[in-house]
Amino acid sequence: MGVKLLLEKAHVEGIRTYEVYRREGGYRAVEKALKTMGPDAVVEEVKKSGLRGRGGAGFPAGMKWSFIAKPEGVPRHLVCNADESEPGTFKDRYLMEFLPHLLIEGLIVSSFALGSNATYIYIRGEYAWIPDILEQAIAEAKANGWLGKNILGTGFDLEIYVQRGAGAYICGEETALIESLEGKRGNPRIKPPFPAIKGVWERPTVVNNVETLAAVVPIINMGGDEYAKIGVGKSTGTKLISACGNINKPGVYEIDMTISVEEFIYSDEYCGGIANGKRLKACIPGGSSVPILPANLLLKTAKGETRYMNYESLSDGGFATGSMMGSGGFIVLDEDQSVVRNTYTLARFYRHESCGQCSPCREGTGWMEKLLKRLLEGKGKITDIDLLWDIQRKIEGNTICPLGDAAAWPIAAAIRHFRDEFEWYVTNPEESQRRNYGLAHYADPREVVA
Amino acid sequence: MSDQPQLFKVTIDNITIEVAPGTSILEAARKIGGDVAPPAMCFYSKLKGSGGKCRTCLVEVSKGSEKDPRPMPKLVASCRTTVMDGMEVKNITSERVVDARAGVVEFLLLNHPLDCPVCDQAGECHLQDLSYDHGKAGTRYEFQRRTFKKHDLGEYIQLHMTRCILCYRCVFTAEQLTDKRSHGVLDRGDHAEIATYIEKSLDNDFIGNVIDVCPVGALTDKTFRFKNRVWFLKPVDAHCSCSKCSGKVTLWYRGDEVFRVTARKDQWGEVEDWICNECRFEKKKTSDWTIEGPRVIDRASVISQGHYVGVQKPKETFEAVLDGRKPRLFMDIHSVSGVNRPDINLSLIEGPAHSDDFDRVTKKD
Repeated sequence: MGVKLLLEKAHVEGIRTYEVYRREGGYRAVEKALKTMGPDAVVEEVKKSGLRGRGGAGFPAGMKWSFIAKPEGVPRHLVCNADESEPGTFKDRYLMEFLPHLLIEGLIVSSFALGSNATYIYIRGEYAWIPDILEQAIAEAKANGWLGKNILGTGFDLEIYVQRGAGAYICGEETALIESLEGKRGNPRIKPPFPAIKGVWERPTVVNNVETLAAVVPIINMGGDEYAKIGVGKSTGTKLISACGNINKPGVYEIDMTISVEEFIYSDEYCGGIANGKRLKACIPGGSSVPILPANLLLKTAKGETRYMNYESLSDGGFATGSMMGSGGFIVLDEDQSVVRNTYTLARFYRHESCGQCSPCREGTGWMEKLLKRLLEGKGKITDIDLLWDIQRKIEGNTICPLGDAAAWPIAAAIRHFRDEFEWYVTNPEESQRRNYGLAHYADPREVVA
Repeated sequence: MSDQPQLFKVTIDNITIEVAPGTSILEAARKIGGDVAPPAMCFYSKLKGSGGKCRTCLVEVSKGSEKDPRPMPKLVASCRTTVMDGMEVKNITSERVVDARAGVVEFLLLNHPLDCPVCDQAGECHLQDLSYDHGKAGTRYEFQRRTFKKHDLGEYIQLHMTRCILCYRCVFTAEQLTDKRSHGVLDRGDHAEIATYIEKSLDNDFIGNVIDVCPVGALTDKTFRFKNRVWFLKPVDAHCSCSKCSGKVTLWYRGDEVFRVTARKDQWGEVEDWICNECRFEKKKTSDWTIEGPRVIDRASVISQGHYVGVQKPKETFEAVLDGRKPRLFMDIHSVSGVNRPDINLSLIEGPAHSDDFDRVTKKD
């Protein structure tokens, strides 16, 4: 069993309620931070922990916090990004649904560190039932004196508000989220200025992922140095992985980032192997926008080393032979799955979710979807593959926000690693409509699990 | 010297210029002028918050500043990136920029109907100029283009959303010039559209300016639609004493008739002074105005065609070049080619030349 910091108490009966959560040692971090540490000490502790943003980019959280501008007389805000809309990612939902008080606790400590007196949780519109759970938890916390005026007699005031989104993937991008929170159309802002200087209502703002803020609780409880000892290198602490696809045990797992990808997929503690005795073909290791990897490059890096479930190892080899940790949406494809269909599904998603603000993403995503649809229907041309490559190249890096990159990377990786499958759809149009590509040489070399 | 603001040195395409801090790369490049200035489809210096959307003005920053000489990893939108002291920028000297820009032009034209022959904007369309300067001749797009129904925005303005490139300029104009903005962007992605939600007309004294800021033919003047081509009109600066606006306009004449009134546009296609609807749509008689003189239009613009001053006739005429023959078709100037044989004298054929004529002449021989 690996170390569990976030989900340790997830299965305690009634943990959703304040009484049980408090009895299990909840809100200790608030007591410790507010009574014995100052805001700067909390930031310092988070810096020491090496905690990296769990939303996808993996930017060090302590560093992000230290960037926040502190002009005199201007309120600052903390915003919790619960707009978890990346296909394949559902770790934040689990956390909010089963451990709402853990998030609230993390928010209180983080707000204290950043000096935010009004903190917002921006939650994905499709998570219709979760705002009620969070609001219940906020009400309970308030009734017990953890929120409101003069918390624990320290003079620190805090209110937490839950804001429902309206179902746009783009509002998970921090500046689009801020726009949406202000009641505007969720278009990403042009940076600079960054939210740390001018965020919500032009005030300094920090936007953090749910899991990042929840992880502040164990960091304060155990100390930053202790937290940094878990994991390996710059991948400290534990990470929630939401595993789905053709595996025996889909679900949310907490890992300590020292286990190998192979162990994660095949051990009974985690995914429990590929479902129905099939073989592994490919995997998208960090949510839909990271590059897909074929089985051979997933289990071993290009140098032949074992690949581990952490930031550095998953991105080993760059985009040529590696991928990214991303948001931890682990999507597994077995030998029966078509990469072309998978890529088309993703392209359709990004076309639907592009905000339409900047031209490369607005027009390019639609074009790529149409080309992929044509390929999938067996009506494609062999030149379409190079065309797709060229389109994604012209989108990547040329857009306002990372959605353009997110739309381009999966397509680039699919063509890079599975080009012959795309070609097969062109050269065998009739056969491709009846069956999937014979994939023996992509599959994992290990024996078929009986 | 302390009251003198410190100037930043910027080098764009190897040309160094000193500009005030806070200037954007695009504005600095415009000070140099010529090809160094990146094209801009969405940026409008008079509209706060505009820019950054079309991505045509992308440039490469090869040196961040004197203090931090690291290059910027990505191409940046020059209209929204402010200069730093010692910054080095590559625009047309960077292959990456030229490539990315060609890509952006292709993206912008992807769903554009290319109905220039029937579009009122033709001749003063920024997208036409942009694709001519930076685009490719052909398209690789083989699918149906996105279309919208024409949308009536009241008495004076027609919205042809199919042509729109979603630069948001009209949205900013309405937001900053009128008291209540009643149009905006609906929907998202490649089906996003400028609209008023329920066929609402735009009525505000300054809403007519959205026509001038529109870089393409998406927003057109209903009092001018299909009346004339801009290059047949002669622009004349004029003014009147208007209680609402500056009254400084350009009148577009053909003969004695004023076909339309627009605001005066500078060399970057930006309006100098906003004008009110009354000046734009109602005052279409010469007697309403005090004429100042002809408007100077960029020589490269198609609007200047036929208005050249001091053009000299070449000494050599076609007759002199072609040994006394009077060609009716210009292909005749190549004396020998597959189509055009020297034995056929096109000057002898009556009426427009036709393949039958060639056959006949050949048979006669």
